[in-house]
Amino acid sequence: MNKKNKIKIVVNGRLLTVNLKYSLKNLIEKLKTPINKVAIELNEEIIDKKKLNKIFLKNKDKIEIVHFIGGG
Amino acid sequence: MNLDTLKIAKKKFKSRLIVGTGKYRNMIECSKAIKISGAEIVTVAVRRVNISDRSKPLLMDYIDPKKIMYLPNTAGCFNSKDALRTLRLAREIGDWKIVKLEVLGDKKNLFPDMIETLKSTEVLTKEGFKVMVYCNDDPLMCKRLENAGASAIMPLAAPIGSGLGIQNKTNIKILRQQTKVPLIIDAGIGQASDAVQAMEMGCDAVLINTAIAKAKNPFQMAEAMKYAVISGRKSFLSGRIMPNLQGSPSTSNKGII
Repeated sequence: MNKKNKIKIVVNGRLLTVNLKYSLKNLIEKLKTPINKVAIELNEEIIDKKKLNKIFLKNKDKIEIVHFIGGG
Repeated sequence: MNLDTLKIAKKKFKSRLIVGTGKYRNMIECSKAIKISGAEIVTVAVRRVNISDRSKPLLMDYIDPKKIMYLPNTAGCFNSKDALRTLRLAREIGDWKIVKLEVLGDKKNLFPDMIETLKSTEVLTKEGFKVMVYCNDDPLMCKRLENAGASAIMPLAAPIGSGLGIQNKTNIKILRQQTKVPLIIDAGIGQASDAVQAMEMGCDAVLINTAIAKAKNPFQMAEAMKYAVISGRKSFLSGRIMPNLQGSPSTSNKGII
């Protein structure tokens, strides 16, 4: 495996290694995340879910994917 | 026809009971209790998706946000920055504008940090949010929140999850007199009579989580709270008799033998 073609990202606190030119859409599809039930943050900035295929991840990017859970 | 509707940020609701969705044993129990309670608004929290275990049940699969309004809450936030981040994310999930702000300041008693709460309310209302604010029962701070544009004032009856009931009735009565937006008792309800009291004092609604979720029989308690809120509201609207230290016979003396 050629390390030059890989980048490291952190998704919900977990380190993942993905290919170069990996888009947020690729990530969401890989994780099988139900897109209409989540919100996505890239480096603490909220991402417009309609633009996921235009956003390509960089090394050390931090992604947060959140949803609603039970709470008071 | 029942014209006594609760209006929050121009939205109308028939039920004056708002329930939390935390602390239940499972999602099935949670959704069943909510159904029994008749609540039309439920509070929800924003947390990370579990990316390693996709089999975990999702709240939206059990409680349909099209049928019951989700009220995103900032539970667990201890400063303005985290609370704002949480609610901006919540809005992004599905265009939620009515939100519940809760900025805690004390890990032990879960009392709200009113300085951070006020700051957050100001920012959120400017961003177009309709903010229902968890707060303490201090009339001055509550007035400031209202002036900052809060859509509902939600004072605690007692610490969150304590079940102690309304501790400072005088302040709640003062709040009732001064508050023009919905006044909702948010925390500390323990049993049905606490909810009745809140409604009889003229509060517009109550928010209950632990008292239902942690009751031995949550379904029966959900039903008890439903009727407590209805009962207290009707009692408030009916115009009670003046309390009197003297007795007054229920039966007329006319025709007595």
